[in-house]
Amino acid sequence: MASIARKTAVLLPIFVFLAALPLLAAYLDNPYLLSLFSRILIFAIAAVSLDLLLGYGGLVSLGHAAFVGVGAYTVGILFHHTTIGEPLLGIFAGSENALITLPLAVLAAAGFALVIGAMCLRTSGMHFIMITLAFAQMLYYTAIGLEQYGGDDGLPLYARNTFPGLDTNNDLSFYYLCLVSLLLILFLAHRMVHSRFGLIIRGASHNPDRIQTLGVNPYTHRLVCFVIAGAGAGLAGALLANQSTYISPGLFHWTLSGELMVMVLLGGLGTLFGPVLGAAAFLLLEEVLAMYTEHWMFYLGPVLVVVVIFARKGLYGLLIGSGKNHD
Amino acid sequence: MTDHILEVRNLRKSFGALLASNNLSFSVRRGDVHALIGPNGAGKTTLVNQISGFIRPDSGSILFEKTDIVAMPAHRRAAMGLGRSFQITSIFDHLTVAENLTLAILAHSGHTFRFWRHCLRIPLVQQTLPSTLERVDLDHRANLPARHLSHGEKKQLEVGMALAGNPKLLILDEPMAGMGPGGTVEMSKLIRKLKTTMTILLVEHDMAAVFALADRITVLVYGTAIANGTPDEIRTDPEVRSAYLGEEG
Amino acid sequence: MLLVIEQVLNGLQLGITLFLMSAGLTLVFGIMRVINLAHGSFYMIGAYVGATVTSASGSFLLGILAALGAAGLAGILVECIVLRHLYDREHLTQVLATFGLILFFNELTRMIWGRQPLFMDVPPWLAGSIEILPGLTYPSYRIAVIAVGMLVALLLWFLLARTRLGMRIRAGASNREMIAALGVNIKILYTLVFGLGTLLAGLAGVMAGPILAVESGMGESILILTFVVIVIGGIGSIRGAVIGALLVGMVDTLGRAFLPALFRLFLPGAHADGAAASLAAISIYMLMAAILLWRPRGLFPA
Repeated sequence: MASIARKTAVLLPIFVFLAALPLLAAYLDNPYLLSLFSRILIFAIAAVSLDLLLGYGGLVSLGHAAFVGVGAYTVGILFHHTTIGEPLLGIFAGSENALITLPLAVLAAAGFALVIGAMCLRTSGMHFIMITLAFAQMLYYTAIGLEQYGGDDGLPLYARNTFPGLDTNNDLSFYYLCLVSLLLILFLAHRMVHSRFGLIIRGASHNPDRIQTLGVNPYTHRLVCFVIAGAGAGLAGALLANQSTYISPGLFHWTLSGELMVMVLLGGLGTLFGPVLGAAAFLLLEEVLAMYTEHWMFYLGPVLVVVVIFARKGLYGLLIGSGKNHD
Repeated sequence: MTDHILEVRNLRKSFGALLASNNLSFSVRRGDVHALIGPNGAGKTTLVNQISGFIRPDSGSILFEKTDIVAMPAHRRAAMGLGRSFQITSIFDHLTVAENLTLAILAHSGHTFRFWRHCLRIPLVQQTLPSTLERVDLDHRANLPARHLSHGEKKQLEVGMALAGNPKLLILDEPMAGMGPGGTVEMSKLIRKLKTTMTILLVEHDMAAVFALADRITVLVYGTAIANGTPDEIRTDPEVRSAYLGEEG
Repeated sequence: MLLVIEQVLNGLQLGITLFLMSAGLTLVFGIMRVINLAHGSFYMIGAYVGATVTSASGSFLLGILAALGAAGLAGILVECIVLRHLYDREHLTQVLATFGLILFFNELTRMIWGRQPLFMDVPPWLAGSIEILPGLTYPSYRIAVIAVGMLVALLLWFLLARTRLGMRIRAGASNREMIAALGVNIKILYTLVFGLGTLLAGLAGVMAGPILAVESGMGESILILTFVVIVIGGIGSIRGAVIGALLVGMVDTLGRAFLPALFRLFLPGAHADGAAASLAAISIYMLMAAILLWRPRGLFPA
């Protein structure tokens, strides 16, 4: 088992780096770094939430982008209604206050996850993979059909949501908002994974029948896990809409689901911090490769094949040493 | 009158043409190690599954603590104090030894949607886990993922999981299967230790172990109990010798 | 009424394309237990190679042959190099590795053919229309697609039901341990089944070429429809693939054709079209959800 000292030695410098990144960006006079790392933090939130399903729950969902999209569209739609001055459904004036929009985005994503999860979790294995994918695509096409919110082209937001006491349109404040959100999600996920609920989810992932003989119904536990993961993705989506001040159907697209999966596996399946490393590695790699060739996916594809077939532990496992335990 | 914790009466179960339990009756006295032996195909595992609630008999009754449990689902029987280990190891490979036992300890104690408190810091777990670990001699392995245990240790863990619900009657389904001589000795020691606090129904192929451990033995052939008695009585029973011990040598 | 028949024929044509895609994929799922996301890539390869060879040689038949060869060969190569390592792995590994293959193939086509879509002409001898009923003309090319699809379905049925290879494939789909125990060379059987599946996908791709734009990423939209077909039909079931493909083809086509008119009865024009378009786009997913609630393992669980 990885020792606490080893973990601290690896994780502490990373957190210090993340906390001090704005200084580096200022020193290098490179504001792009801030926006790049904001994106990394946001994708890390989505990847951590997906890992609850993939790594801890053993549920291979290929539709996680759906909940990112729902979160982003909640923010976008609420914002849009305040700008055009026409209430949503004739009653709700919309909102541009992050203290309202973010919780609503999380709730909306959780609601969608509840309905979709209730249907998908009736199946398992290959069926589950295909069905989560299909439902995500269904939302993708629905978003394309939302003509009043930009349809195929998506919808630009002319400003970020406001946050009391914080100038969110300043990239520096927004970066820290993302960092705090990620830390919060990591802390919540840590508590959950080691709770009694988390124990059952982990137990059911490899041996659902045995869990049943202990008098526990895996379906309801998995559904709750699916909803929690969906809510996390919803938060990521809401932040992403704010970060880019833009929403588009692409946020629902299954390639985003696939990329989130890649981040989880690259970073370390069934570890909490692994997906954060995976998100950073994936986005930075994309950034670097794109500098050299526009056909970077041509190289990334085969690399991915080799990595998933031969390297099992992920970056976190490499750094911490034995990635044997689920922690 | 003898105090019987388990009484099986006129049990019948057929799978198509195969009669797995044929008018089968026997009783287990409280506090005994009661062994169930018989050649392969005698219907031992089917019987255990009927007692623990995974298979429903066609007819007959099973009395546990004087209550007929035939119609009860498995998890209710477990809650009444009927624990069992499985023939094929069914522990959670990727969880640690402590987490495996915690799952079992918490299984029958109220609702499971607790998201916050670390599972190993729940009071009930803190009270029960150390003694459970100690009872199955795995205290030094508590934080090891179960897949890294030896075969014998996995069996011990499995017994530990069955113990965690504090059963009154513990059914051990071939606990010695696949073990080397060392493991068999360890498991025998464990069973002797457990015997002081509970009744044990032992299904086992290892005859030396059975005759050394059991207070009473029931011999099953073709789904029927052909003999009941102490090890000495069974050893000298002519019917048993011809039907069973003769074949095994 | 004539409009309805025309749309039913369109639905049939989409259904047949979907059947060609799902027949191979459902066998791969059923026999190898591999979830293969890259099946759409072979559809794309078929379309690109078919379009290129057709325009270079001027012969559509040559284009089809080249497309079949390219898709089948690419399939066999992929099976030998990548898929083989995935057979006994977790689904997650299979999903990610085949996702990597999609990235590779999509980018490869962009590198070879550029980012602009190719447009493939209908061959001159199929360019006209046929009057199939008084007052109803229908493009000859689409009729040819339907006919070819039906012919292939018949051939496939013959292969699976009447030949020794087919018997082994069916046995493998229902019990793969058994087929190994019978001493069949699993490696070669797997390669053949996979190659057969990609060949059919290539055929679907080249036939769709003159109807759709040939572009990078075209495989994924059809792949997801194919998944819906397989989920509805049941993994590993050819019969399920037939029924599922026809259902999905019909519901999708008829929904797109008639929902707007239906909605305009109740809603003002612009809103009606938007709502109808959305509903039509998601109708097959609702169909899938309904069937799942009723039968979680599909209509014909293997």
